[in-house]
Amino acid sequence: MALLEVRDLSITFHRKGEEPSVAVDNISFNVEPGQTVGLVGESGCGKSVTSLAIMGLLPSRGAKVGGSVTFEGEELLGLSQRELDERRGRDLGMVFQDPLSSLNPVVPIGLQISEVLERHRKLGRKEAKAEAAELLNRVGIPDPKRRLDEYPHQLSGGMRQRALIAIALACRPRLLIADEPTTALDVTIQAQILSLLSELVSGTDTALIMITHDLGVVAGLCDEVNVMYGGRIVERAQRHALFAEPRHPYTHGLLASIPRLDAPRGEKLVPIRGSVVDNIAWSRGCAFAPRCPSQLEECWSDPPELVDDRGGMLRCHNPVEVAPMAAEGAR
Amino acid sequence: MSDDVLVTIDDLKVHFPIKRGIVLDRTVGYVYAVDGVSLTINRGETYGLVGESGCGKTTLGRALLRLVEPTDGRADFDGTDLSTLKGEELRTMRRRMQMVFQDPLSSLDPRQSVESLLVEGMRAHGLDKGKEQTHQRLKELLAAVGLPESALRRYPHEFSGGQRQRIGIARALAVEPDLIVADEPVSALDVSVQAQVVNLLEELQDELGLTYLVIAHDLAVVRHISDRIGVMYLGSMVEEADSDELYRQPLHPYTRALLSAIPVPDPVVEDSREQILLSGDLPSPADPPTGCRFHTRCPWRQETLCDTDRPQLREIGEGHRVACHYAEDILEGRLSPHEVEPELVQPDAVTS
Repeated sequence: MALLEVRDLSITFHRKGEEPSVAVDNISFNVEPGQTVGLVGESGCGKSVTSLAIMGLLPSRGAKVGGSVTFEGEELLGLSQRELDERRGRDLGMVFQDPLSSLNPVVPIGLQISEVLERHRKLGRKEAKAEAAELLNRVGIPDPKRRLDEYPHQLSGGMRQRALIAIALACRPRLLIADEPTTALDVTIQAQILSLLSELVSGTDTALIMITHDLGVVAGLCDEVNVMYGGRIVERAQRHALFAEPRHPYTHGLLASIPRLDAPRGEKLVPIRGSVVDNIAWSRGCAFAPRCPSQLEECWSDPPELVDDRGGMLRCHNPVEVAPMAAEGAR
Repeated sequence: MSDDVLVTIDDLKVHFPIKRGIVLDRTVGYVYAVDGVSLTINRGETYGLVGESGCGKTTLGRALLRLVEPTDGRADFDGTDLSTLKGEELRTMRRRMQMVFQDPLSSLDPRQSVESLLVEGMRAHGLDKGKEQTHQRLKELLAAVGLPESALRRYPHEFSGGQRQRIGIARALAVEPDLIVADEPVSALDVSVQAQVVNLLEELQDELGLTYLVIAHDLAVVRHISDRIGVMYLGSMVEEADSDELYRQPLHPYTRALLSAIPVPDPVVEDSREQILLSGDLPSPADPPTGCRFHTRCPWRQETLCDTDRPQLREIGEGHRVACHYAEDILEGRLSPHEVEPELVQPDAVTS
């Protein structure tokens, strides 16, 4: 049995006087113990909302969540706040994008970590403090004892993100969700945080869901990758397969449109035309059809299903046949 | 000076005073945002300026256009010393140097239509010569940046991020500039849209012979569009080279670390490459380290010389300049990297 099973998860936001908007539309995926699963997509594709729904962090009013999310066989959706409090922090940890707004600005770092330890691991105050210092040390914060009494604003961005990771890891959760953990950071700091994350999850059976828009981050870290577009998963593959042979035109387009450091210079980028505002509803056809270079007539009228494809999953009527490397060589 | 040099920046410094006190307004220290940078930009070339946040790259770009007043040093534009210009002269000169900002929504007036946004600059510089002609020019501009003519009567909020950036570019082009300083032109955009704007910038350069100074933190983007690249760290230039050369053979330890830190969207490369992980954070520009600015994080740091002597940019190989005492030794493997203990960095440290 998988550690986390997401089945037909749908999230709809209702606003007074407006049409309900579907942020996530029937997505399903599994996370096995020790596995790193990526959710990739552009802003507005529903990747962050998915993580919030798993953690039970969406507001009960206004957001309607359907489907099922089971953690070790137990349904998470519909749990009461109290039941969720037991699991969050202990079994499920989360690292957010912006560490400054997710840490309490008026509480010292040490207290924010030991709070979790006292609550879930029932440690005494002294033990919790010692453990908090140990955790800060583990995530690579120099002079951890002194840092315990400092406030978030006294730490740099990278240090804050480390503190946040320390909090998320305090109770050795079995699932860690990282929502764009490095987007707000500089590249050299990003490299530090990514290597820290992969160190922390490899060798343990902690599973990691990595949510990002950066395909480079995915390439280095994830075992399995889900590419999302317009609230649905359009492609799922093992990481090597995805980059060597992207099957969905969207994945293919993304890879062709990012400048690569190791590519010869002077080559033109191949952008994806249009933007997400051009999308059509999934109920009518393929949401990506208006931007798709290989669209067929049926893409506009017949919504494609997510089907098995070369060891992964694919939602496309007209998948890409040629690997991008081969295509470049032919040009 | 040769004819094809458009911009010369010589030992430019921008120091921002840190003020304390309500009545007395004492100056308690300085943020050394840009601390002695020299570079030249040739006509028609794209110069890329990279570095992490707080390295002074944006301030340098703004100081060039005199949007911030340089503390010291000089910037020449097409043979004219910009620091001597005042008032009307400076305003007239600015027609030839335009800027494209990072966040297109906050740099476009939400209450001005696109037409009014574009005409404003033309009018200010006397390029608005009659209704017919101006309208013709506006049509050209929109066509050049790939927007429909109907955009003229619409407002910035009606556009997507990529389209807004196109408006920002059109506004810069409206006054027929020679130089465009683009500060993080694509970093606020979605990946699939970034490529559209990057391609647009390249096409416009080919067509109009523009000179670009592109400021960005994303080395992959900068390498793609730039002819030459300058790498900045804590207010100073640490390395400058041809963009292919910089990628092929980075000489400064910081450049090496920066290049190795950028994730490559290819698992095969990611699995095999060696990363140089820097420890610790960027020191505060209000209290920069002595000697080489990078010595607190440098895995190749050598005793005493790196701590006490600030290395100057020197040329190694053609057009490849580097500010490192031991660049040759590192290149030839005579020095090997060692572990670095991260130093404590207070983000708001102020020298008192």
